[in-house]
Amino acid sequence: MAHAIAHDARPESPERPHWNPYVAGFALGVVLLATFLVMGRGLGASGAMARATARAVETVAPTWVHENGALGSYFANGARWWDDWLVFEVVGVALGGLAAGLTSRRFRLKVEGGPRIKPTSRLAFAFAGGLISGFGARLALGCTSGQALTGGATLALGSWAFMFAVFGGAYGVAYFVRRLWT
Amino acid sequence: MMPLRPDTWVGYAFAIVAGFAFGFVLERAGFGSSRKLAAQFYLRDMTVLKVMFTAIVTAMLGLTLLTSLGLVDFAAIFVNPTYLGPQIVGGLIFGVGFAVGGYCPGTSIVAAVTGKMDAVSFLLGFGGGVLVFAGAYPLIGGFAQSGSGERRLLSDWLHLPMGVVAVFVVVMALGMFAGAEWLERWMRRRDARASEPPAESTPDDQAHAPAAAE
Repeated sequence: MAHAIAHDARPESPERPHWNPYVAGFALGVVLLATFLVMGRGLGASGAMARATARAVETVAPTWVHENGALGSYFANGARWWDDWLVFEVVGVALGGLAAGLTSRRFRLKVEGGPRIKPTSRLAFAFAGGLISGFGARLALGCTSGQALTGGATLALGSWAFMFAVFGGAYGVAYFVRRLWT
Repeated sequence: MMPLRPDTWVGYAFAIVAGFAFGFVLERAGFGSSRKLAAQFYLRDMTVLKVMFTAIVTAMLGLTLLTSLGLVDFAAIFVNPTYLGPQIVGGLIFGVGFAVGGYCPGTSIVAAVTGKMDAVSFLLGFGGGVLVFAGAYPLIGGFAQSGSGERRLLSDWLHLPMGVVAVFVVVMALGMFAGAEWLERWMRRRDARASEPPAESTPDDQAHAPAAAE
């Protein structure tokens, strides 16, 4: 009983199939190469999310944010939190994801999870996973986009170390959280 | 000579276009689905590995080739600075979060805008993680900044020319793709044997089930 999966009442509009993984990877590689050639830097995601978080918390605790060693630089010397390439790029990611979801007919309000997990538990574990990832990404100065993908393509030593560590951490814990997914 | 490095607002406009393409491809690859992403860690759907390494190889070969032709100034391309300790420890922690949460930041954005409430929850958690890190910074800032922070490539580490390392990466990626295809077939057969005789649904179908089955 896949109670975690929402029921869709539109059988007449089947979703489009996913792209072949190697085709999708090639397309992603071309986008990444284009950002190197135009901007001199690659793609990212977590940096923009850290900036947005800092801005949100600034409304309630401005002094703490401005003086914080990890977040303060976003506001230092009159800098504006949104004045960064990654923030605009992430706005594009959201628009592109939405356009792709609508045209593939995969847009659907639901809580997605493994076959054995209740939606409320799934939401809690998703939050916990986000919390852990957020900490890890700030420590590593990037995520799968900004470190593994971007740094991987420029042969950055630390990014390759990060990439193998991510797979190591995920495979290391997968057995213990199998009830979430299998 | 590339990179072009346009003016700030031209760059921001390009950022939205590049981000749009990035998000579009992530959705088409199936990365708006936590089940599909997490299946990577149970060896039933190796799409994450295939997409990621195809993208890395494509961009790497493009950069290497254009640099050797003198069209790109590689020294002007940003290379993530090396902080090995924080990158390895942060990567391990990040990987745990990926397996528990089912997303990484970029894919969670794509999933959230295509209606996945668990992705919204992941994003809120991610913001929380950023704050926990900021709160702990007085204690862990020393470790977080440990390392040389220098521009160090795999080729520097291995004392080999970049082109040779690029060939190594291509060979490794091709080996991983062959391994991934073999593993997926092997897991399908194993799951088919484990289920009852009229096994109509393969694990691959299940990975796509949120859509296909309904």
